[in-house]
Amino acid sequence: MLYRENGQFKTSYRQDQQMLPILQDRIFMGLLLLFVYVGAPFIFSDYFFLSILIPFLILSLAALGLNLLVGYCGQISIGHAAFMSVGAYAAYNLVLRLPQLNFLVVLILAGLIAALVGLLFGIPSLRIRGLYLAVATLAAQFFTDWTFARVKWFTNYAPSGSVSTATIDLFGWHVDSPVRKYLFLLAVVTLFAVLAKNLVRSHIGRAWMAMRDMDVAAEVIGIRPVYAKLTAFGVSSFYVGVAGALWGFVHLGSWEPLAFNITLSLNLLFMIIIGGMGSVLGSFFGAFFIVALPILLNRAPEWIGVDMSTAMVSHLESMIFGSLIVFFLIVEPQGLARLWAIGKEKLRLWPFPH
Amino acid sequence: MRKNFNMIVLGVALMAGLIAPLVTGASSAGFYTEVLLGGLMAGVLYSLVALGFVLIFKASGVFNFAQGAMVLFAALSVARMAEMMPLWAAILLAVGIMVALAFVVERVVLRPLVNQDPVVLLMATLGVTYFLDGFGQTIWGSDIYEINLGIAKEPVMILGNLFEGGILINKDDVAATVAAALLVILLALFFQKTKTGRALRAVADDHLAAQSIGIPLNRIWVIVWSLAGVVALVAGVVWGAKLGVQFSISQVALKALPVVILGGFTSIPGAIVGGLIIGVGEKMAEVFLAPVMVKAFDLAGGGIENWFAYVLALLFLLVLPQGLFGEKHIDRV
Repeated sequence: MLYRENGQFKTSYRQDQQMLPILQDRIFMGLLLLFVYVGAPFIFSDYFFLSILIPFLILSLAALGLNLLVGYCGQISIGHAAFMSVGAYAAYNLVLRLPQLNFLVVLILAGLIAALVGLLFGIPSLRIRGLYLAVATLAAQFFTDWTFARVKWFTNYAPSGSVSTATIDLFGWHVDSPVRKYLFLLAVVTLFAVLAKNLVRSHIGRAWMAMRDMDVAAEVIGIRPVYAKLTAFGVSSFYVGVAGALWGFVHLGSWEPLAFNITLSLNLLFMIIIGGMGSVLGSFFGAFFIVALPILLNRAPEWIGVDMSTAMVSHLESMIFGSLIVFFLIVEPQGLARLWAIGKEKLRLWPFPH
Repeated sequence: MRKNFNMIVLGVALMAGLIAPLVTGASSAGFYTEVLLGGLMAGVLYSLVALGFVLIFKASGVFNFAQGAMVLFAALSVARMAEMMPLWAAILLAVGIMVALAFVVERVVLRPLVNQDPVVLLMATLGVTYFLDGFGQTIWGSDIYEINLGIAKEPVMILGNLFEGGILINKDDVAATVAAALLVILLALFFQKTKTGRALRAVADDHLAAQSIGIPLNRIWVIVWSLAGVVALVAGVVWGAKLGVQFSISQVALKALPVVILGGFTSIPGAIVGGLIIGVGEKMAEVFLAPVMVKAFDLAGGGIENWFAYVLALLFLLVLPQGLFGEKHIDRV
């Protein structure tokens, strides 16, 4: 009964183009933002921030980036952790070699460098698609893995190949405690999510979706494939690069050469499958699901009183993961975001079925 | 004309890379042959995994990411069951398990997803991969296990009179090669001579037409997944006997991807030749090219075999997108 748009008339184009056209949605979003910015820092424990919320925020940014490419532009990539690593190592080297730069500038530059590398590996997409492109992106994955493990310059000649970072300093505000990290990430992710939401309903996003739905038809109606695909690769890699830099600096602090391996790439892919391809909201759902599920599974044996070895738990986790992916593909190929939309639709009509 | 020119350039470059170590005197002829043979042996294993890919891709258009997981699962089954019974019984039982697996996959994964986008099916097989990795290690354990085929492991010296020092060769490598060759011959006979094999080829050509003349698609999928399971079993046993059965086998699937790009997605000979090329190229690059690169760029060790196969596949994609033996048609944008 509460969720009705009756009487909310749009009297100008501005209103028609609002991001959240329904009043109740705006109120909900406002309350949500109020809660996550003001309420959450007082409620949750440090453990909850460190093990769930911080990885969740960074990975949702990465999933969002991948979703722009796979979900919106229809170009498959199973090597996106490569661009995360480019972002992370770019940020590391920028901080190391140009210490006078503010971290925000470093973040943007790291994203841009990742975008450049993304463009480079996106060039094959102009000629090939589908499975062939998947192999090309895998090449990106293995090549960057190798580069950062073997080329000593990138890790500043560290003997073990692992790098560690200093605390982030934003105009004298040190991002050191879990709550501060959380707030910093929240601000970055909110900004990028709003940007993405607007990007996908601009002409660029529409060009991507046209390419995804049918490339030949898109070309016929005047969309340049080269432009559409390369911008998708560039923007997507930019997002993922920024997420990689944050993953390295805020979440990990110090990391080994293979911190951004193919497992992370596949996990990003699972996030957008489970969350919903071609949906900004879905990236957040998927990231939360993938971050929370292993923790839940790790704790579940304790709760139900069964004693299980860690190896057993990790095997069970991978089984449940696999089954869920197949389950989601069969039952709801559009993911959790679609379920959310259906729920909203039902709520609008309630108590009537149609 | 331009196309041919590109191919010739690529071919000449590859051949030049191949013989460079010999010509420049960077290695002795004996050592060179040894590396070449080592590469061929590794290539046989890649071929076996790639063969499973090609079988499934031909018949159902599914790009089966789970092939590596199937290899691991089959090898684990054989290794653990061989502890309880003779090896031949374990292998027979494992064949049964792989067939059962094919039934389950067809029923639970493929049938509900029929007519979906290839990328959706690829992701579904990713789900199968995770499930099988976890399932196999849950029921069979996750240590390193051995498969003992009863073949002596010590290397044999051959061609001692031709090169100084001769060439060292492992008997189990030879056995692996023979097994792979046998398997390919059997598959070829099966595809050419039996009714089911012909039905499989019909489905591969055009599954709508095949269905309209009364070939049951669902049963064909079960058969082809079973076949891929058996190929995975052979690959798993050969690999497990050589290096021990452990989780890393599952990663071989990733190496098989460039192999099928190289050979063509739909060609069985392509899988074999592609596997051999990748195997040799990788070994050559690691042994002869990596030290040069380490010296030139001051790297922390070689390991270029991790990505060399992919770069090679990318080069091929640019010049010969359908692969060496693949069908000419390709999704071009």
